[in-house]
This record gives sequence, structure tokens and C-alpha cells, in this order.
Amino acid sequence: MASWLKQQKKNLRLWVQIAFAALTNGYVTGFLKGRIYSGPFKQLCVPGLNCYSCPGAVGACPIGALQAVLGSSSFRFSLYVFGFLAFVGTLAGRFVCGWLCPFGLVQDLLYKIPFPRKLRRLPGDRFLKFLRYVLLAVFVILLPLVVVDFVGQGKPWFCSYVCPSGTLFGGIPLVWLNEGLRRSLGWLYAWKMALLVLVLALSVLVNRPFCRYACPLGAVYGLFNPIALYRFQVDASKCTHCGACQAACKLDIPVWKTPNSTQCIRCGACLKACRFGALRSTFSLKKPDSSFPEKETR
Amino acid sequence: MSERAKRWLAAALLVAAVGMMAAGAVRGEVQQVWMKASNICMECIGLG
Repeated sequence: MASWLKQQKKNLRLWVQIAFAALTNGYVTGFLKGRIYSGPFKQLCVPGLNCYSCPGAVGACPIGALQAVLGSSSFRFSLYVFGFLAFVGTLAGRFVCGWLCPFGLVQDLLYKIPFPRKLRRLPGDRFLKFLRYVLLAVFVILLPLVVVDFVGQGKPWFCSYVCPSGTLFGGIPLVWLNEGLRRSLGWLYAWKMALLVLVLALSVLVNRPFCRYACPLGAVYGLFNPIALYRFQVDASKCTHCGACQAACKLDIPVWKTPNSTQCIRCGACLKACRFGALRSTFSLKKPDSSFPEKETR
Repeated sequence: MSERAKRWLAAALLVAAVGMMAAGAVRGEVQQVWMKASNICMECIGLG
């Protein structure tokens, strides 16, 4: 029993991911009847990339919500969604990606599948890591704002042409459960399925390829990592620069150098790997602990 | 940026974020989000 509990403690992040995915996708009737929840909670954004057209979804995806507001004829800026992103980002940064995002969970599970040669990063990583900012700026913000129809409405370009989370959590179950939707399938569905298959296949090879290279929500939260209340700290007096934290990091981040990197999803593997107690996480607006002399971090 | 400046920035951002969410709700953005999220989004599922 004690060893079982110890094992579950090791898997704490996985259990939190599963519980949060179940909580935010708990509308069981949707899965049984092939429809979506349309109650009042759908006004509220959830922190992760969770398609609001998933039959179980009880909240709204912030990236979908942002495009919906920017693409409407009534608004040119979204105070509500940008405010939400700033609030969550300032509190937790990319902790959301590591602990609360259902699409992150899917990628984590796929990465557990054994494969002869796992990759630390994809070829072209140096350039690919900027793709998420391009997708955020162009597909999530600019195109919905600028390309509008005769009544002044834009469409959600990221959802339409890119989002694999929407295809997985919304597209597949709804099309499976609805005869009418199945009759409407066309090239766009095929394109989005091809993108989804690519992301899922890459997820077996490399850890979290979508989060690293293409997620606009991760791009936003990542900008908050350096100032978020939930942060990692390096004790300069204890750190030996041995690199154990980077070796343990599935995203290959040199944590001892950049503990609050915009890439870090706060999985916490580095904290466990440091044998010298030089790394720790904090959640505070208070003055840092003087017994833990933090080095200036980016 | 110093740690002190980061903490001040975080506090200011939290206050601004709450204000923005409230202002967005008052001017009807929440309704806009609900209208989109409570109907099947054809674009999201690859049909629109």
C-alpha cells in the first residue's frame, strides 16, 4: 500500500491532468447523444486548449473565444479574453500547459509509447520554436480581424485550418456520432485530420511537439513565465552547473541558466533531478526568501 | 529586471487583468463567447 501511494505521488501530475480534463469535459450527455453543452458555463474560458465543440466541454477554449470576439462585427479587441489570459498567465504561466491542458495530456501519453530512438528536439528547432508566435499573430489575431465578410465578420482561422485539438476532441467524436455531419465531410476535414495524425505521430518521437512549436496559447502563457507568481528559482550558491536539470527536462531546457524559460511547461522533472537542492518552485507575491539567494534569471 | 520589479509588474498585471475581464463582460463580450461556444463550431471540427 505504501509503495502504491509512493508511485501515485510520483504520478501526481498525470492524475491532475486526467482529473482536470475530466472536470472540464464532464458533459457525458454530449458523448451519448452527439451534441454539445450550451449552458451558462460556456461563457467562461477554461485555461487549456480545450475545444468548445468537444461533446463533453463545459467551458470555452480561450483561443477559440479570442477569435470569436475579434472576428465579430461588434468588437475589434477582446478585453475579456486578453484579461483572462493575462490573469492566468500572471498567476501560473505555462504551468497550465504542463498540468491542466487536455491536449498536453494526450501528447504526454503518446510520448510514453516506447520507440527505438526518441528525439530531444526536432530538426530546425531553432526556427520552429518561433512558429507558435507566427500562428498566434497571424492566424489567431490578424486574419480574424482583417479578413471579413460583407457584414464585417471574420472567421476563426486557427480553428479552421490548424487546431489539432479541435479535430481530436470536437471533430472526431461529433462526426462519429452524427450522420448529418458525416455527409458534410470534405477536403478541409481531410487536411485537419492529416495535421492531427502528423502531430500525434510526432508526439511519439519527441516530447510535446505541438506545445513546443505550434500552440498559440502556450506562446501567450510562455511570455508570462518570467514574471508569473508560480516560478522556479535557482540557488546560485548551490548550483554546480552539472546539467542534471537539463538532462531531466524533456524539452531540453537549460534550467540552471533559464529557470523561467518561455518554453518551460513546469512539469517539475528538473526539481526532482537536482541533487544539490539548488532548484525550487515558489508561488508568491512576497519578497523572495533570503535563505535561497536566487541568481538573476531571464 | 529585478525581482522586486517583477513582483510589482505581476501585481499590476493581476489588477489590470481583473479590470479587463470585468470591462469585457460589461460590454457584452461574454455573450459573444457564449454564442460561439454553445453552438457546434463547424470551423473547429473541420467542416466550415
